[in-house]
Amino acid sequence: MIGLVQEMSDKAQRLGIPLAVQLDLTYRCNERCVHCYLDHDDHGEMNTAEIKELLDQMAAAGVFFLTLSGGEIMMRRDFFEIVEHARRLSFCVKLKTNAVMVRRSEADRLQALALDSVQISVYSHRAEVHDAITKLPGSLKRTIAAVRLLVERGVKVIFANVLMRENFQDYPGVQALAAEVGAEFTIDPTITPMMDGDRSILNLNIERAQLQQVFRDASILGTSPEEFCAPPGGPPAAEDAQKMLPCSAGHTFCYVSPYGDVYPCVQFPLPTGNVRASRFLDIWKHSPQMTEVRSITISDLPVCSTCSHGGGSCTRCPGLAYMEGNMRGPSSQDCEKSFVRTGVETAGMLIRREARSIAGLVQIRSAASPDSRAESLQNCL
Amino acid sequence: MSPVYIARTSEVAARLLGSEMMIMSARDSTLFSLNETATAIWQAANGVTPLSEIVERSLCAQFDVDPAAALRDAEELVEGLAKHGILKLSDQPIVETK
Repeated sequence: MIGLVQEMSDKAQRLGIPLAVQLDLTYRCNERCVHCYLDHDDHGEMNTAEIKELLDQMAAAGVFFLTLSGGEIMMRRDFFEIVEHARRLSFCVKLKTNAVMVRRSEADRLQALALDSVQISVYSHRAEVHDAITKLPGSLKRTIAAVRLLVERGVKVIFANVLMRENFQDYPGVQALAAEVGAEFTIDPTITPMMDGDRSILNLNIERAQLQQVFRDASILGTSPEEFCAPPGGPPAAEDAQKMLPCSAGHTFCYVSPYGDVYPCVQFPLPTGNVRASRFLDIWKHSPQMTEVRSITISDLPVCSTCSHGGGSCTRCPGLAYMEGNMRGPSSQDCEKSFVRTGVETAGMLIRREARSIAGLVQIRSAASPDSRAESLQNCL
Repeated sequence: MSPVYIARTSEVAARLLGSEMMIMSARDSTLFSLNETATAIWQAANGVTPLSEIVERSLCAQFDVDPAAALRDAEELVEGLAKHGILKLSDQPIVETK
């Protein structure tokens, strides 16, 4: 099955087809999660007709996997009308929700829609921890009640457990809860910056020792820790690097915001066009920004193409790199993950350390004359 | 022999990728890829056209195939797809009840 999905993805890439899209229906939400990167005010969401028209265009463009997310998708009164339209167009639909608003009648309707899956955020098996993160009293109780309704109806439910310092110790409990209610379990150890570039929420990220624990927990890896944490295999060969792509963003995947803005990925806020002004397929095929993203291969990454992790243990996200200032640069969060995974520093980490030591030298000399400061910096370089 | 009618179920997601149809079963998340001829049968599966007529119109007219062999292959294909729950088979026309 994974082989067939990969085959499909390769074919879509050759044909220039956006095989998968995440469409956020709203940024409004009934929870106020401490790690959320969104601005929850409505700045002009697409209306029902606009979204249906967009779905028609996406189906015609060949989009197959459609993820509807938010915000909380069920905050939209037309939510079911939208999903029903998407299913009539034969999309493979996945929902991301907190499920707080799913009761018996909503569960019945979701069951009838023959969805691929419903991914539900669960931060802890303990209400005091989960509710403190969502800032909605009673949210865990309501979410788990909804999960049970969906699972009873045969809907595939996946727990999404974002890890933060506040809830790190609870992930085995969430995993056990998922098993008890019949849901799948996924874990995400990455907190991403706010969409406006504010990086303050990154302080919520788990500590290095905690990440090490996750990367050595066979129950969540899907492979052996020895294999997962094996030393990096060295940089890719030059001829391979010319063909290797950073990820699917802009190649077979893109993201559309509730306002109609199209981006290469939900985690890659490079504006490429707006479906209120242009047709979806025109943006996908002809936007200069999308074309630029598509043109980048690993060999175009000045630091990462030389990195020993480049051959396999790197999970570099070009969107996170973009948010750090350069879509061709390293992503410090992913460098950290590669380091924690293997114990070997990445090229990005080595360069940053070198830059810090240079900056340190400049600072030490700050009491000296400007000339001597410039001279010592030159010696360093 | 009574005619066979075939209809696509609503329990699947489907999209044409190049000349092949990708189908995902919501029942068990199984993914299928239909080749060009199977895709032609899938697209023509409207519940009211007999399979023999679909083979004649959609396959024999488009592809250089022997009609009897094509019908045998098509019957085998639709039975396989029906077992996976992505196609409905009946000896009567299948009318959408929704």
